[in-house]
Amino acid sequence: MAKKEIDRRFDKFGTVSFMGVSKTNDFIDYLEQGKVMGTRCKACGESFFPPRADCFRSLSSEVEWFEVTGTGTLLTFSTLRYGPVGFEGDLPYTIAVVDYGDYKVFGRVDAEIESPDTELKVGMAMKVKAGKTKNGQHIYFFQKA
Amino acid sequence: MSRVGIIGVGQSTFVRSYPGSIRELAFEAYSDAMRDAQITNDLIDATVICSSPEYDKQRSPAGVVAEYIGLNPQPTFYVETLCSSSSTGLKLAYSLVESGLHSCVMVLGFQIMSQLTSAESQERMGRGADIQWESPFGTMMPAYYALHAQAHMAKYGTKPEDLALVRVKSSTYGVMNEKAVFRKEVNLDMFNEVDGFGGPVSSPLRVGDCCANADGSSCIIVANEQKAKAICKKPVWILGIGAASAAVNMAGRDQFSGLAVGIEAGRQAYAMAGISPKHVDVAEVHDCFTIAEVMATENLGFTKPGGGPELIRAKETYKEGSIPVNVDGGLLSKGHPIGATGGSQVRTIVMQLRGEAGDIQVKDPTIGLVHNIGGVGLYGNVTIFGRE
Repeated sequence: MAKKEIDRRFDKFGTVSFMGVSKTNDFIDYLEQGKVMGTRCKACGESFFPPRADCFRSLSSEVEWFEVTGTGTLLTFSTLRYGPVGFEGDLPYTIAVVDYGDYKVFGRVDAEIESPDTELKVGMAMKVKAGKTKNGQHIYFFQKA
Repeated sequence: MSRVGIIGVGQSTFVRSYPGSIRELAFEAYSDAMRDAQITNDLIDATVICSSPEYDKQRSPAGVVAEYIGLNPQPTFYVETLCSSSSTGLKLAYSLVESGLHSCVMVLGFQIMSQLTSAESQERMGRGADIQWESPFGTMMPAYYALHAQAHMAKYGTKPEDLALVRVKSSTYGVMNEKAVFRKEVNLDMFNEVDGFGGPVSSPLRVGDCCANADGSSCIIVANEQKAKAICKKPVWILGIGAASAAVNMAGRDQFSGLAVGIEAGRQAYAMAGISPKHVDVAEVHDCFTIAEVMATENLGFTKPGGGPELIRAKETYKEGSIPVNVDGGLLSKGHPIGATGGSQVRTIVMQLRGEAGDIQVKDPTIGLVHNIGGVGLYGNVTIFGRE
């Protein structure tokens, strides 16, 4: 009998992924389909981003996926001119937190934005988009709405 | 409830490239604290060893360190909360003594960081955050604090020059501190040098806004009230302890212009000590980045939210000011060997309250405070100390 293959889909997330196995591995399939998804507890309706497999309020592990759509508000951002090992090829790059009301999203800002430090302002509207990193991994990033 | 007193404090000099192993480095703080307390090992009932893993190869360092300093067969515990490990260790020691389980406990923190390159070290530190949902984006400590600096600037109009003033202050005292890793004077002009302090790291933070990684160790010895009074001429009492945690992922945070753990731990510590912020005479706060000190002064109630920049502009946090903060050089100049940092902050406050702080002595303090943060506001400890 063939050995059961370990589901390591999360290895495909980000420039460098630090872990491959999670109960939220479907997130990667959705990213491949161009969708950024969070989870919602079926029992209490709490929305989670980043997605979780379990809800500590209702003690339920019954969650459903929802798509992060529309626009959110830029809470803060920073452009890195120096990076950790493994990210040298991405520099410079910008990270940000965007508030969608029921939840917030942390991620990268689209590298197409040439001068993020002057073009971005805290409070402006942003949207999120699935995409690829320079090294072909899956990721999502923010664009101006 | 009987009191818990500090009867001995010590630390190694904080350096780059310590020429020895972790046990040898730990020994330096241990011997310094033992000489300070003038006691022998038979008096110590247990050790709490504190560091953050993955900077050296040793697994479970508590046993290794306890053996090297001759504290077998006493029990030893390993405590880790990233950069706040040794103030968490102090809370454990306090609990062990206050419960009556032990009468005298040693807290020993250490870290050797400079065997790694700076980029390797940032990768390790980045993994102190959310490795599934954040680290794949290329996060690192300066970037996380930069997110807070950006938000503080947007909300309160804080300027990069305000942050630079914090670094100028820390260097003033780093020069005076023989145990500091960075002992050079810093002035505002240096922030105009793009190859130096003005170089961009993670906007809006620059090179000069960031503390130096260092190798170092710290040691605090605590005892119950009866022993402390019998052994020590000038015991310093732990009056209040607060500790808190927060969401690891930035997406789980309610605000970026302050650290919720600092506010919550401070609230607990003030309530336990029965004092308010205005009673604090001298404070050590977690200034791993300049913005961190600004936020700490606000979160601890030394000024109103958004008042941090004015506090440093008016030099109120200098030794002669209304609330002296980090007059030993802080993490920025003294250095930040993460597992040793909290204990080193405690040592400074104990020496201040004893009136033994030398050139950096604040005038006649009776209440001191230590604010020590782990990760990017993932853990927070605030401890309040008093003298007789």
